[in-house]
Amino acid sequence: MDDVLIIKDGVMPFLSILIFLPLAGVLGLFLIDSDLFAKIWTLLVTLAAALCSLPLYFGFDLATAKYQFAEHHAWIPAWNINYTLGVDGISLLLVLMTTLIMPLCVLGSWSYIQKRVREFMACLLIMETSMIGVFVALDFVLFYILWEAMLIPMYLMIAIWGGPRKVYASIKFFLYTLAGSVLLLVAIIALYLRNGSFFIPAMMGQEYTYLFQVLVFLAFFLAFAIKVPMFPFHTWLPAAHVEAPTAGSVILASILLKMGTYGFLRFCLPITPAATIAFVPYILWLSVAGILYGGFTALAQQDMKKLIAYSSVGHMGFVTLGIFVLNKIGIEGAILQMINHGVTTGALFLCVGMIYERTHSRELADAAGVGKFMPWYVTFLAFFSLSSLAFPGTNSFVGEFMILVGGFTKYKVIAACAIPGAVLAAAYMLRMLQKVVWGGTDNPSHAGLVDLNVRECLTLAPLLIFVFWIGLSPEPFIEVMHASVNHLLVQVNGAVVEAPVAMARLMLP
Amino acid sequence: MEIVSCKLLYALLTPLIGSLVVMRCGRYPNLREGVSFLASVVMFGLIVSMIPEVLAGNRLVYNLFNILPGLSVTLRADAFSMIFAVVASFLWILAVFYSMGYMRGLKEHAQTRFNACFALALFGAIGVAFSDNLFTMYLFYEIVSVCTYPLVAHHQDGESYSGARKYIIYLTTTAKGLLLPAMILIYVLTGTLDFANNITTGIFPADASAALVTMLYIFCLLGFAKSGIMPLHNWLPSAMVAPTPVSALLHAVAVVKVGVFSTTRVMLYVFGTGTMEALNLGIPTAYFVSFTILAASIIALSKDNLKARLAYSTVSQLSYIILGVALLTTSGIQGGLVHIANHAFAKITLFFCAGAIYVTAHKKNISEMSGLGRTMPFTFAAFAIASLSMIGAPPVAGFVTKWKLLMGALEMEAHYIGIILILLSSTLLNVGYFAPVTYKAFFGKRPAGESFEGIREAPLAMLIPLMLAAVISVILGIYPDFIMYFVKAVTG
Repeated sequence: MDDVLIIKDGVMPFLSILIFLPLAGVLGLFLIDSDLFAKIWTLLVTLAAALCSLPLYFGFDLATAKYQFAEHHAWIPAWNINYTLGVDGISLLLVLMTTLIMPLCVLGSWSYIQKRVREFMACLLIMETSMIGVFVALDFVLFYILWEAMLIPMYLMIAIWGGPRKVYASIKFFLYTLAGSVLLLVAIIALYLRNGSFFIPAMMGQEYTYLFQVLVFLAFFLAFAIKVPMFPFHTWLPAAHVEAPTAGSVILASILLKMGTYGFLRFCLPITPAATIAFVPYILWLSVAGILYGGFTALAQQDMKKLIAYSSVGHMGFVTLGIFVLNKIGIEGAILQMINHGVTTGALFLCVGMIYERTHSRELADAAGVGKFMPWYVTFLAFFSLSSLAFPGTNSFVGEFMILVGGFTKYKVIAACAIPGAVLAAAYMLRMLQKVVWGGTDNPSHAGLVDLNVRECLTLAPLLIFVFWIGLSPEPFIEVMHASVNHLLVQVNGAVVEAPVAMARLMLP
Repeated sequence: MEIVSCKLLYALLTPLIGSLVVMRCGRYPNLREGVSFLASVVMFGLIVSMIPEVLAGNRLVYNLFNILPGLSVTLRADAFSMIFAVVASFLWILAVFYSMGYMRGLKEHAQTRFNACFALALFGAIGVAFSDNLFTMYLFYEIVSVCTYPLVAHHQDGESYSGARKYIIYLTTTAKGLLLPAMILIYVLTGTLDFANNITTGIFPADASAALVTMLYIFCLLGFAKSGIMPLHNWLPSAMVAPTPVSALLHAVAVVKVGVFSTTRVMLYVFGTGTMEALNLGIPTAYFVSFTILAASIIALSKDNLKARLAYSTVSQLSYIILGVALLTTSGIQGGLVHIANHAFAKITLFFCAGAIYVTAHKKNISEMSGLGRTMPFTFAAFAIASLSMIGAPPVAGFVTKWKLLMGALEMEAHYIGIILILLSSTLLNVGYFAPVTYKAFFGKRPAGESFEGIREAPLAMLIPLMLAAVISVILGIYPDFIMYFVKAVTG
């Protein structure tokens, strides 16, 4: 176990703190009976969690692919179940993004949530605990419990604070994800019976039979593909997004969807490499289908939230494309794109929420022409839309570029088929932007609308910083991945994938 | 020699800062226009101050951001970029004055937005001129597309929306659909997007697949749709719904020149004349753009709307630049590149005249301008001079282009007869669509029932820039060395 975990004595257990701090915050909420104080308290707790996550980045050792900041305690010794945590280059950025997004979710719900504020804040904090837990758990039982635990607060957020069709949407969301996780449980038990342990790294690199690998892979794949969601398992997503409150949509888009792709990287690739390689062509074509389908559907939407939801299907298609080309630049691009999508789409959902609070409509036609009266709002919206369509200089461009470089290196035809998706992204995003900023000269006057206040600007500004930071200087974000991605590729292919001469030069550390 | 120079950054940031300040000064029109003017003068000054170092054979560079190995945002000023940078920044000064006269004369709405976007478009154009690699170029190319959308859709009515939609669809679809994959494949193939330091070698390894490189070349040629090559030219006439200063600066100088500048930059500094010769890409390109030269001229003949005629003339003239470079002979490349400047000065004069006529006489169609030259002699005199430059008659600048292009054709080993015929017939077509405008204006009869009572010369804010641009066309015709210094430095 010591060969994969780096456990340092005398260092603060940052991961446990990150998991339990929000949970302790929930206890604090019981003592508060004012809505305002509940909001302030939640904000402080999430900010504290964000601060606690910073040492993870600054103390991260770039040279190793081992799990760092690891913690290991016995939990149920009879079944060899342990409380094991750790981060590597794949999960580090996802944890950091989670702690970044959560305070913004609190700020974004500040005036949006009017009823049962304390309960809503409690849901947010429980979500944070389970989401961070999912990314850092190294024991399969722990992982599965947290994975399932996420569903409940999310279900409640949609079912209680959601829109008119909240019951339909929340149950659809619940059933879809539950259906996937049942098979996940079967796969976990099967792996346990082979290995006698739930320790995730111990399951990697074992000599499983091909049939066993294929079955486990398919079980994994279904669970994670629903979560991503990959075409054709995506239908729960638009429904859930449309009905969810702003913070729910942001969490869903920014973090929950990443659990699917994280699952591919953490489980499918290293545990069942032979099956992964066998299924690569199908998954790549499915990704391309998702990219094109998401793009075309987004182009036809009148509801802004649906538009962004379908754009997520397209963007996540790029992520799965990057993962399954199975080369370094593709996978690193995919991880970066996971972060980018979290930042950009989260921000776009926040933007839609802000307009919904003012006009009580998510229809594009009703929002048309607000640009004249809300200049700050459209400035933010413009930058985030450009980021979403992968405008050069913004974060998504770097991710998409890396993914496509990975794609064109190995599968030229498939990568070429994804290019129209990039064109479509420009089409639907510019269409939305054009309508909101310019359209609607025949609209009832929006003259009564007030522009963003300081709180709203503070909600969006951090995300905007990351849009340009990642877009113009992504090295600090990419360098943490190198060791882990190299290790992952060794696990999948036995060695770093073959590469043309020029690419080999790029891949040097 | 490579020199790191902050001046590049300052020159690039000037229009950006200018535009931000303009946005804050909306309530004070004089201050706002003052800021635009100041920004244009400062930028021109900075660019001029780089000329001595560049002409001494140096390459100024400034690295801004490193994104991935071989992929960075880096600025460069060499002789090639100076051709475009000097011309665009100088004409911005004229355009600031002119648009003040035009926009105020017509009492246009949203003048602050107009001025701010104008400066942002220049930011993009200068960025393209100073880009050191394909990615930087792509970045600023896209900035130009996005920032000029509000200018094209300025009137915010049905016609301008549909024109602007066409504009943005053509430009972003080609950029994303063709340039992006081309860029990625070049990166996969070579591991870098940096331009070469000379025009012959290019950046491709010797063992690169010929079919792939040819495909990439086609993607690049069509991907920069701002260059207006048929069949991807249609956005340009549609974009003429914009106010005339926009048509003048952007669709004679900034936007379309960004297109041809990028195309020629990529032809010479990514592919290189060596690769183009080896893969035999020059002649097919020359004939391909020749079709645009002739077809656009013929369409121009049929247009009565003056701006539409000028738009098709632009489509035709832009292809001269690419034709010249595609000849791959020293004189041909020189002729093509010098036309970037020559066409800019002449075409901006023509558009300025069209706008001046519209503001003072509210005439858009050539048939209504019969006899108007006697009322507005200075405007039409400038128009006549600029037409001569377009036609390629001495002593105006266009003559230098035609001379160099013909020389370039004669230097070729084969196919020179075809190219010469194309150049000659296009010259005749130019005469065909430009000469009648001037002739009718000065010597034609006034249309029946039409009186030009109360119409006088255009306001001075418009008249001075357009006269100045026309005079410079003549100066460049008599003394072409100023631009030729740069052009000769490019071809070595």
